[in-house]
Amino acid sequence: MELGNIEKILEKYFEATATVGEERTLREYFSQDEVAPHLEQYKPMFNYFSMAKEEKYTKQVPLKPRVNYYKWLSVAAAVVLTFGIYFGSQYQEEQRLEQEKAEYAYEETKKAFELLAENFNKGTEKVAYLKEFEEAKQKIYNNN
Amino acid sequence: MKQTEFLNVVLPFQDKLYRLAKRLLVSREEAEDATQEILLKLWSKNESMEKYKNVEAFAMTMTKNFCLDRLKSKQAGNLKLVHSNYSDENTSLQKQLEAEDSVSWMERIMEDLPEQQKMILQLRDVEQYEFDEICELLDMKPTAVRVALSRARKTVREELIKKHNYGIG
Repeated sequence: MELGNIEKILEKYFEATATVGEERTLREYFSQDEVAPHLEQYKPMFNYFSMAKEEKYTKQVPLKPRVNYYKWLSVAAAVVLTFGIYFGSQYQEEQRLEQEKAEYAYEETKKAFELLAENFNKGTEKVAYLKEFEEAKQKIYNNN
Repeated sequence: MKQTEFLNVVLPFQDKLYRLAKRLLVSREEAEDATQEILLKLWSKNESMEKYKNVEAFAMTMTKNFCLDRLKSKQAGNLKLVHSNYSDENTSLQKQLEAEDSVSWMERIMEDLPEQQKMILQLRDVEQYEFDEICELLDMKPTAVRVALSRARKTVREELIKKHNYGIG
């Protein structure tokens, strides 16, 4: 690349009208060891730009894979539900048995009372004869 | 989008994000934090990422806004460190020292530029973006970009000439 051309591009460069390609030419020119003495002062500028581009981001970014919590939520719900149904049915069964026992005891008690009542009634039937006896006694009293 | 896919999308331009962040925030730690923040933000939106036609431009804009916010909030005020961790093994010691010197000099000149010019210079001269891309990234008119770029380059040139005439240091 002849010097005149470089100077022309350099002028355009400072007016910010040079294209990316022309600017690359400038960087290439200034990256060589031998540069025209009157252009030497621009060397650090272009070398710096080339150098600055070399800098790398080396830190590792801790990307946490985002867990889909909703998926696990459904699993948890399912577990809770199964346990609930299992233990719930057990509880219901217990309740039912208890109820049955209570009912049985109630029936038995009723039976016992009925038996008692029946026997008492037998007693009253027998007492009814006493009335007969009373009537007869009154008759006797009245006759006298 | 899976993690590996995401990394493949992000890998080509994550250095650019970092360099832009570093240009604005100066300190390497700050820039690394900012880049990480941006990448995590991108990752959190990875479901909708396919919608953006240009993820790189989107990420660059995010970085720009994030860094400017950081600068505004002054949190970065006490974390200004100048790093010059550049080395070139091929050059002789003398040249190396000179090169390092001019690099840190350039860095200082760049630091003194206004933020907008810093960004434009970074995007154009370091990352070689086209003008229309820069316009889109910075939300500026093409003429404004050109004027700012020209101004930034001329400022750098003036500072360099000053230094050239007075000698190094």
